[in-house]
Amino acid sequence: MATNEQTGRFGEGDASSTNDFEHRSSRSGGANYSVERARPGLPSTSAKRLAKGLGWFSLGLGLAELLAPRAIANISGVSNKHTGLIRLYGLREIGSGIAIFSQKKPTEAVWSRVAGDAVDLVSLGVAASNPNAKLGRVAFATANVLAVTALDVMCAMQLSNGANHGIHARGTCVVNLPPEEVYSFWRDFENLPRFMRHLESVNDLGDGRSHWKAKGPAGMEVEWEATIIADVPGEVITWRSLEGADVDNAGAVRFERAAGGRGTIVRVNIEYNPIGGVIGAAVAKLFGEEPEQQLDDDLRRFKQVMEVGEVVVSDATLLGTGYMKQRPGQPAAASELEGADTVPSQTATNYASERRSTQL
Amino acid sequence: MRANCWYGKTVVSVEDVPDPQILNQQDAIVKITSTAICGSDLHLYNGFVPTMQRGDILGHEFMGEVVEVGRQVRNLQVGDRVVVPFPIACGKCFFCKDQMFSLCENSNPNAWMAEKMFGHAPAGIFGYSHMTGGYAGGQAEYARVPFADVGPIKVPNHLSDEQVLFLSDIFPTGYMGAEMCNIKPGDTIAIWGCGPVGQFSIRSAFLLGAERVIAIDEVPERLRMAEEGGAETINYREQNVYEALMDKTGGRGPDSCIDDVGMEAHGPAVIFAYDRIKQAMMSETDRPHALREAIMCCRNGGTISVIGVYGGFIDKFPIGSVMNRALTIKTGQAHVQRYMRPLLEMIENGDIDPSFVITHRMSLDDAPRAYDMFKKKEDNCIKVVLKPDWKNGAGAKDDNDTVIH
Repeated sequence: MATNEQTGRFGEGDASSTNDFEHRSSRSGGANYSVERARPGLPSTSAKRLAKGLGWFSLGLGLAELLAPRAIANISGVSNKHTGLIRLYGLREIGSGIAIFSQKKPTEAVWSRVAGDAVDLVSLGVAASNPNAKLGRVAFATANVLAVTALDVMCAMQLSNGANHGIHARGTCVVNLPPEEVYSFWRDFENLPRFMRHLESVNDLGDGRSHWKAKGPAGMEVEWEATIIADVPGEVITWRSLEGADVDNAGAVRFERAAGGRGTIVRVNIEYNPIGGVIGAAVAKLFGEEPEQQLDDDLRRFKQVMEVGEVVVSDATLLGTGYMKQRPGQPAAASELEGADTVPSQTATNYASERRSTQL
Repeated sequence: MRANCWYGKTVVSVEDVPDPQILNQQDAIVKITSTAICGSDLHLYNGFVPTMQRGDILGHEFMGEVVEVGRQVRNLQVGDRVVVPFPIACGKCFFCKDQMFSLCENSNPNAWMAEKMFGHAPAGIFGYSHMTGGYAGGQAEYARVPFADVGPIKVPNHLSDEQVLFLSDIFPTGYMGAEMCNIKPGDTIAIWGCGPVGQFSIRSAFLLGAERVIAIDEVPERLRMAEEGGAETINYREQNVYEALMDKTGGRGPDSCIDDVGMEAHGPAVIFAYDRIKQAMMSETDRPHALREAIMCCRNGGTISVIGVYGGFIDKFPIGSVMNRALTIKTGQAHVQRYMRPLLEMIENGDIDPSFVITHRMSLDDAPRAYDMFKKKEDNCIKVVLKPDWKNGAGAKDDNDTVIH
């Protein structure tokens, strides 16, 4: 079983998932498998292209500042005495430029340009207060820097957004049953809380719509309505949340006959906007709420429910399977398990434990 | 209930802990009548297995009486006398269907830990670290046994606990070690390690048709027990193992070699020191001296059967010898469920009485002393059986001794 988490928009850096979906859709009769993109926004490729442009600009201006500081001083209308400082700024520009080209996703480098712009603007302000300054030229230079700053800020924000907008988790497992059977179990969304630990309940509202209740971080309860986007029996189900969801999210699950008919390969893609955005997600991670680990655990439980009929627990994993959740490998006292919804005997979908008749 | 819990390197303690309860519908609760300390428990005791947690109940060789069953249990009833296999297996997954029970995909809820260590996870095991599930072990008065229809085997009342207890692990493990050698009539099999598993490998090799078995160890009483089982012996403290084996086989080497030692091998001082230092410095986790030697000694085209437990990484592995001489390496935690029934039949037929390996019988409350004694091989200790219903301090060296309660 393996899971990957990726932050970013659907499709970005994960050509396999969406493209694969689209590819399959054309093969099997035009159903649209691709998960709709719920959010508008500049495709991040254009942000990257803009970043490259800014990188070339940095290198050009930096070289000019380094090699011809007097000319730069003249054009900007500042005193010729500051050539040393201008050379230094040139080095800074070159540094930003190199950083932009050396990073795959130059978010920090572009933000460093924004910081550099701020320094430039302050310097120009100081220059303007000098009685010898040619105010017209300083104003012209300031306007240019402001224009570039606007571009820098826009680019940096787009890159940052792309990096932190959604959480994307992928996972896969093999279930020792035919695809049709595995599909049917999943298609009844009301089954999902049996193995997805964060779901409290899913109610089928008919017409492909469903109402979901889940536990968010720090015990928050979140709800949303979802609609099925694509549904091909034995092959694929995709769904996404509707307007007004507490958490915007989308999911896709595919079922493939494993080689040799050895069961079904299940592939799941899930994306959501974390509660509290970037900071919320970071805090959740601190508390062991790793999306990829959650999906991995969910799929392991899914396989258990499909193959053996219930979620398998050990003494150590009664409260969860994460490192922090491990308890000693010894039976738990009743008091320790009170309210622990991870114990099969205490959840609705598993049977209630009968107390041993033979008291010790 | 009373249970033997792990609290750190060479620290175990018998504590009062909560009674187990049915957690899954296919569970049974077993009241334990006999439980044993396994050589592999010493790897936990000595702190060589990661993902142990303070309070973990040890023990994976146990048997007893069913006192409660979950709703979905069909094959067992309250009152049945059962032996419980150490790997926990669901019986439904790809591997269980293929009789590879120790690789069950559904019985290890902590599979992710093992995946980080091994790439893929083995089955859950009773009382054997969190990496293999974090299940409470059987050195206790009671145990929860998942998948009760798949694992436990009912045993007839005319056989004593001591005759059937080792169906839980060491007899099938020793047997599988020999079976992996694909023994043909007339074969000579060399066996490294004459601990309890090695003893069963020796006898199993003969049962499977070997003509000669050569057993290697340093502990005199173990070598004596091996000889009683029909093996020739080599004491590696007194002889060079390679030379002795070549001498015995006319220079060709044994047809197959079994590593019944595992990760804490001892050997000639210099090599032992080299591996022990690397192990202490964490640059290798296991000491593979026996395995290296088995590879070098095996005849061309022979089989190396690795049934001793390894946990991590080893160093100076002679892959050139393996490849150029067309050796086959076979390994695995024993698929105990596969062997229990045929081996029980052998016991019933009188082909073997596994109780020969027992040297000490003690109260469960004496577990800390028993571990210490077993580790240090004191008092000729080879195999300890713990009795949960015996009072502290009660012990007998064999069946004929009077047990003072």
